[in-house]
Amino acid sequence: MLKSLFRKEAVRRESLVAGQVVPDLVRCVQCGICTYSCPIGIDVRRHAWLGQPIKDSHCLTCGECIARCPRGVLRFERTNLFMLDNPQEED
Amino acid sequence: MRRYAIIGSGAAGIAAAEAIRTSDAAAEINLISDDPHGFYSRPGLAYFLTGELPEDGLFPFSDKDFSNLRIRRIRGQAEQIDPQAHTLQISQGPTLPFDRLLIATGACASRPSMPGIDLEGVVKLDHLEDARRILHLAHRAKTVVVVGGGITALEIVEGLRARGKRTHYFLRGDRYWSNVLDEHESRLIEQRLQAEGVQLHYQTELSEIIGSKGQVAAVRTQDGRLIKTDMLAFAIGIQPRKTLAVQCGVMTDRGILVDDHLQTNLPDIFSAGDVAQVFDPISGKSVLDSLWGPARSQGTTAGKNMAGADEVYRKPAAFNVTRLSGLTTTIIGNVGKGPDGDLLTIARGDSETFRQLPDAITAQADFNVNHLRVLVGERHLLGAIVMGDQTLSKPLQHLVIRRAEITPIRQQLIQGTAALADILADFWIQWRSKDAQTLA
Repeated sequence: MLKSLFRKEAVRRESLVAGQVVPDLVRCVQCGICTYSCPIGIDVRRHAWLGQPIKDSHCLTCGECIARCPRGVLRFERTNLFMLDNPQEED
Repeated sequence: MRRYAIIGSGAAGIAAAEAIRTSDAAAEINLISDDPHGFYSRPGLAYFLTGELPEDGLFPFSDKDFSNLRIRRIRGQAEQIDPQAHTLQISQGPTLPFDRLLIATGACASRPSMPGIDLEGVVKLDHLEDARRILHLAHRAKTVVVVGGGITALEIVEGLRARGKRTHYFLRGDRYWSNVLDEHESRLIEQRLQAEGVQLHYQTELSEIIGSKGQVAAVRTQDGRLIKTDMLAFAIGIQPRKTLAVQCGVMTDRGILVDDHLQTNLPDIFSAGDVAQVFDPISGKSVLDSLWGPARSQGTTAGKNMAGADEVYRKPAAFNVTRLSGLTTTIIGNVGKGPDGDLLTIARGDSETFRQLPDAITAQADFNVNHLRVLVGERHLLGAIVMGDQTLSKPLQHLVIRRAEITPIRQQLIQGTAALADILADFWIQWRSKDAQTLA
């Protein structure tokens, strides 16, 4: 229990600086819970329809859309911002 | 200028319209729909029922999106197709000439025939109108009965239970969704439903719906029990809406038969989505698919081909994502019953892995139940089901669908070590980097 609590917090902090939200197009059914849940009104569903990461500069990477999506469409992915410091993580 | 007509405004119809517009900037595109609400997320209706999503959240496209695509939306019932004259008659409306036609009329809920089926309070869940009706009736209802063994029935159960209704759920067999889930998985879902207060009735079938003043009052089961109820919802399967096609001479079986370009037997007439019966190279048969993802990709392929491309539609391996009693569930490949000579063993375990997958940070991680079942064949994984934590769902999707050679880990999988999730995660990381090298 404690482990998962810390894991969540660690993930949240990490995502805030190094992550972006990425949709998996094949899982999405366009229900719109993501767009509805976004606290700043980004049309996340539209990005999922187009199969594009949420590259909106306003995105807080708060993870609300990820947590609410009933089908696990969305996930955090590392941006390549910090790749130079961690070359082994390069894909 | 080519004139396109698309019948149906679901995922297939919209995807086709987008594909046509991309290939043919000058095209005239008419989208005919008998659904007064046009394009919305049918799967999303489940979340509208539970109250997680308001009605206006269901619409992926705004009016502006439609005008950007330059689609003319016509509300009406397509009544008759004249394949020779290339015209489409719309009920109480114009006769539309077309050069290419797409039939994407979808499917609708099968209707059981039994006494009382026409009573007020008997509902199904196909359209937004049905969902509205369910919520309207639920307003006054105290007790509801839901019949059906699949995803839609469960969605109705969850929706009505979320609205505080006393919910009876009738299952024909002795467990939930037995042709896809194994016994453990069925019980997992059933226990969660029971914990929510849903009353399950196993081996129970309806024999009669009893009304009072035209309104559902009770149902009688085949074993003679009488259960009082204010509403009866059924979701016992779907029927492709193929009447229009049958009438104009398009070849049909259970759905509309199409070739690998999604064209029907008639020139210039295509079909896609839930109504289309598509050739499946894996089973060698023509099969129906009734999922959003395939409908959209069929629509895209059909649209391109209508605009003159030469694209083959390859039916992908089975893949479905849903939410069962609050658990995100991914079903990949063949996981259900049925003879499979190649099956060596079934590995089961916890789907949660603490392995960090490259470039993924995490997905949802708050499930209290995480379950994984993998069907292991001689050289490949045949299928997998992932419930709860979805970290492994993408790796398994790759490994199953692309038929990765699993010989290096086969023994570990057979021995059934505890860390199934980590074995698979490690293997996927290696396989992926090898795969990337091969592709490069």
